[in-house]
Amino acid sequence: MIRDTAASFLAEVSSPAAVRAAMVRAEGHDQQAWQRICDEMVWQALHIPESYGGMGLGYVELIALLEQMGRFLFCSPFYATVCLGANALLVAGTESQKTTYLPKIVAGSTATLAYTGSNGGWGADSIELIVAPHNGGVVLNGKCRYVPDGASAEILVVAARSKGSHGMSGVSLFVLPQETAGLTRSWLPTMDQTRRQAELVFDNVQLDSDAIMCEPGAAWPLLEKIIDLATVAIVADQVGCAQQSLDMTVSYVLQRVQFGRVIGSYQAVKHKCADMMVKAESARSALYYAACIAAEALVDGELGADLASAASAAKACGSDACFFNTGTAIQLHGGVGFTAEYDVQLYFKRAKSSETFLGDSAYHRERLAQRLLDEGAGDEINL
Amino acid sequence: MKLTFSDEAEAFRQKIASWLAENLGGEFAELRGRGGPGDEHSLVSERKAWEARLHAGGWTGIGWPKNEGGQGASLEQQVIFHEEYARAGGPGRMGHIGETLVGPTLIAFGSEAQKRRFLPGILQGLVFWCQGYSEPNAGSDLANVKTRATFHAERNEWTLSGQKVWTSLAHESQYCFVLARTDPTSVGHKGLGFFLVNLQQAGVVVRPIEQLTGTCEFNEVFFDEAVCADADRVGAVDGGWQVAMGLLGFERGASTLGQQMLFKNELADIIRHAKRNGAARDPMLRQRIADAEIGLRIMRANSLRMLSGSSDGSLQKEAMIYKLYWATWHRNLGKLAMDVLGAESEIVEQAPYGLSRLQAMYLFSRADTIYGGTNQIQRNIIAERALGMPREPRG
Repeated sequence: MIRDTAASFLAEVSSPAAVRAAMVRAEGHDQQAWQRICDEMVWQALHIPESYGGMGLGYVELIALLEQMGRFLFCSPFYATVCLGANALLVAGTESQKTTYLPKIVAGSTATLAYTGSNGGWGADSIELIVAPHNGGVVLNGKCRYVPDGASAEILVVAARSKGSHGMSGVSLFVLPQETAGLTRSWLPTMDQTRRQAELVFDNVQLDSDAIMCEPGAAWPLLEKIIDLATVAIVADQVGCAQQSLDMTVSYVLQRVQFGRVIGSYQAVKHKCADMMVKAESARSALYYAACIAAEALVDGELGADLASAASAAKACGSDACFFNTGTAIQLHGGVGFTAEYDVQLYFKRAKSSETFLGDSAYHRERLAQRLLDEGAGDEINL
Repeated sequence: MKLTFSDEAEAFRQKIASWLAENLGGEFAELRGRGGPGDEHSLVSERKAWEARLHAGGWTGIGWPKNEGGQGASLEQQVIFHEEYARAGGPGRMGHIGETLVGPTLIAFGSEAQKRRFLPGILQGLVFWCQGYSEPNAGSDLANVKTRATFHAERNEWTLSGQKVWTSLAHESQYCFVLARTDPTSVGHKGLGFFLVNLQQAGVVVRPIEQLTGTCEFNEVFFDEAVCADADRVGAVDGGWQVAMGLLGFERGASTLGQQMLFKNELADIIRHAKRNGAARDPMLRQRIADAEIGLRIMRANSLRMLSGSSDGSLQKEAMIYKLYWATWHRNLGKLAMDVLGAESEIVEQAPYGLSRLQAMYLFSRADTIYGGTNQIQRNIIAERALGMPREPRG
């Protein structure tokens, strides 16, 4: 249902021409399309509980929507707002923060999450921003980079660590409005122009204690959950990209004629397309499973305990599938696949940014390997 | 996608699990974990006896309709049966071909007399079957079958002459279902008949084929004027292809979760070795072990998708990728097992050629991507049926 509604709406507001127009704008998206989403479709409120003014639907519906956004290369603050900002508030926000900020998101405010520092990693070690107590509140100093829609988001959730702390210890989360003294935000131009990234510099940014989200210094488990939820969401975009690359390729090779036949009749080409379908469908299976687990995790259900593994499995598989399919799409389009005019290049670039963001497949395989092979891992494989 | 089964189904799970715990012991204890792919030649008479025990417990023909003598189990229950059977280490089923191929075919296409004659033996675990499809020149191109069936009106019977190959367990079976050409002037899938042939007759010679594992699960079967009553022909004289293809539609993924349970045990075995010998610290092997687990998770999720998918009987995309996916995954797992074992992987368990479980798996997994439709044929099927690409020009 939501998939069909999303597909028809996105076909209208995110046509190839619309994508190409949006991606060169300073804000990186079509403000009018975003407004229509907030007013007419109300997608930003999809999985926010009704008690905060949302629609109260589940993560599975959200994933179906995101898959279509990937398919149409949709340029918008949707992912950052809903999958990073709203999820962070839902998982780690205090009741008063939820009542303050979630209705704002429902009303159309944008949000994001910033945690990675200059090192560009995605685990607990990547947090570099330093927090120190100050006048009953805190003061933040340092930098976050690679922040999705970080230059434009109106609500910011940021992770910081206490000085001298490492890894999972000493991590805290804060929520703050964009107009906060001492915060400088700058756009980082990207290879994939369908998404915006920013650098956030904190120079003695002072926050009151009501900005503190959960237990100070012990936020990592919650942040990890937020990241895992966001990881599942980005895989939906990857699956949409991988599927659309396959569809565009099949349609191209069935009309391109060489040696007197459509090239889609040659096994060398057919088998590549079959491999693309295997990649897309297997990533989709991993995604749908992870979406069910994410839905459970959001309501603290028993099955939610598998979230970290399900998210890593999906991201490893989704990244490989999306890169393979978009790359193979260029190969099977031949020369025209290399041109700016054909859209396959846009998918190829989006695939790379999705792959890098929140950890590539090697990162996620290693994360799974730790659970399987290292100290404390049992001999049983739990699926 | 549903992640859990109904309460009713879970009660069924308890029932089969406790029955297996009670019965897979004593005289049958040695069967645990034996007789699967790569080990099908082992403990044959014991596994035949086990089929009769399954029947006594009411566990044969679980997917068959009740009015045909089956248990009428739902797809969900069948899945659970296979899963629990694998979890308990239930042995490779000698009755597999009879139960999953012959029975459903007779139920769909057979006459009442054929059903009365053949179904009870299959259910009781007394009559064992093999599949006579492939021939030396009819592998991937199955429609190129050359075995001839000639009708003798005066005796109301057929004689079959020709050669079948890759016939699993023919040397342990009483019957073989054979695809043979009834119209000598025909080519391709037209003019083929489907025959139920008794192997215990003068006109049949079964010769085992030694595999690269050093063991024999497959056979060549030679028919030289082998006799088959007309009453033992299924479907129309020239309708064998439709019967044979109908068989393919019976696989709805009931056994996939059970198969994955075996795969999971193999991966767990590899992980134990990796922790023991230090391979678990090698960054490249860590990546490959994690990748194997991801594949296992994908297969499970894929099966759950298949099982929650539409019930209109059409083959879903996730079902179409399954064979290519699992076969390739399992073949890679074999290589991973040997790489984790390192130098130790070369040394066989017992002189002269007694392979360890993982060695046998490594070697046998090379067959996975060939039998039941090679990876290349699977890619053709996906491209043509799922993606709508043109068929290869055929000679």
